[in-house]
Amino acid sequence: MKRGFIIWVPLALFVGFAIIFAIGLYAPVARTVPSALIGQSVPEFELAGALPGRPGLSSGSLRRGEPRVVNIFASWCIPCRAEAPQLEELARRGVPIDGIAVRDRPQDLAAFLTTYGDPFATIGADNDRRVQLDLGSAGVPETFVIDGQGIIRHQHIGAITSADVPAILAAWEAAR
Amino acid sequence: MRALLLALAFVASAPALADSLMPAAEYANKQLPDARQEAQARALMDTIRCLVCQGQAIGDSDAEMAGDMRALIRTRIQAGESPEQIRAWLVSRYGNWVTYDPPLDAMTWPLWAAPLLLVLFGLWLVRGRFKRRRKG
Repeated sequence: MKRGFIIWVPLALFVGFAIIFAIGLYAPVARTVPSALIGQSVPEFELAGALPGRPGLSSGSLRRGEPRVVNIFASWCIPCRAEAPQLEELARRGVPIDGIAVRDRPQDLAAFLTTYGDPFATIGADNDRRVQLDLGSAGVPETFVIDGQGIIRHQHIGAITSADVPAILAAWEAAR
Repeated sequence: MRALLLALAFVASAPALADSLMPAAEYANKQLPDARQEAQARALMDTIRCLVCQGQAIGDSDAEMAGDMRALIRTRIQAGESPEQIRAWLVSRYGNWVTYDPPLDAMTWPLWAAPLLLVLFGLWLVRGRFKRRRKG
């Protein structure tokens, strides 16, 4: 009597595994890798200015008591062009924005800023991607909201659309 | 129909890859002079996941970012850091997702426990069989 039930157990197990397998295979690939540093302090770094005569960016300047937005971007990054108007909008609302230019040549960067606008207070040159990796950022563009003590409060992955502006503004307001 | 499928395939596979105009990092594709250090770096690279092509290790990936990560690993190994220190550094930035060699924690312990449990279950089954034999 009991045997009649037991004989089905291997098949039931196999079907269960097959279902788990199918779910795993058909699930969309995780495309965004969030930073593990949200809620933690910005790692120590110091970047030279990406353009002659303009200040660079260091972790020290992110601990001066006012929340700031750090935008990781590059002139060779197409979505960065799409988010430029939204960064302008944030700057117009009084949000101080620092840029980290990833592997960018000064002449390309200067042309990019001329064409798409320049909302940046400072732009650091991250020529070997060390600082991007240090922040746990997996691509361009990415945007971090950092409070006055240098704690990372919010990360936005990918281009900022106009629908994303309120959330970033709110995160920046909350960090004050 | 075929043309449409082809067009769809191209759309679906449009890579989100853009590379900068700067040359690759020095140690992205150049081996370390010390063979033992290079072997260490190589072994670590093959267990770190590429952030761009997420099914590949950075040792195999052609993404520019993977090259920058290889350069980071090589220069740190050369500076005397251990592979596990570098792995821990990467995990602290990107979480366990970034390593193909997952640590033992609350999420992953079943991976190690399951085979043991299955073997124990098998022994228990066999035990039942032998008992029945003896009776007969």
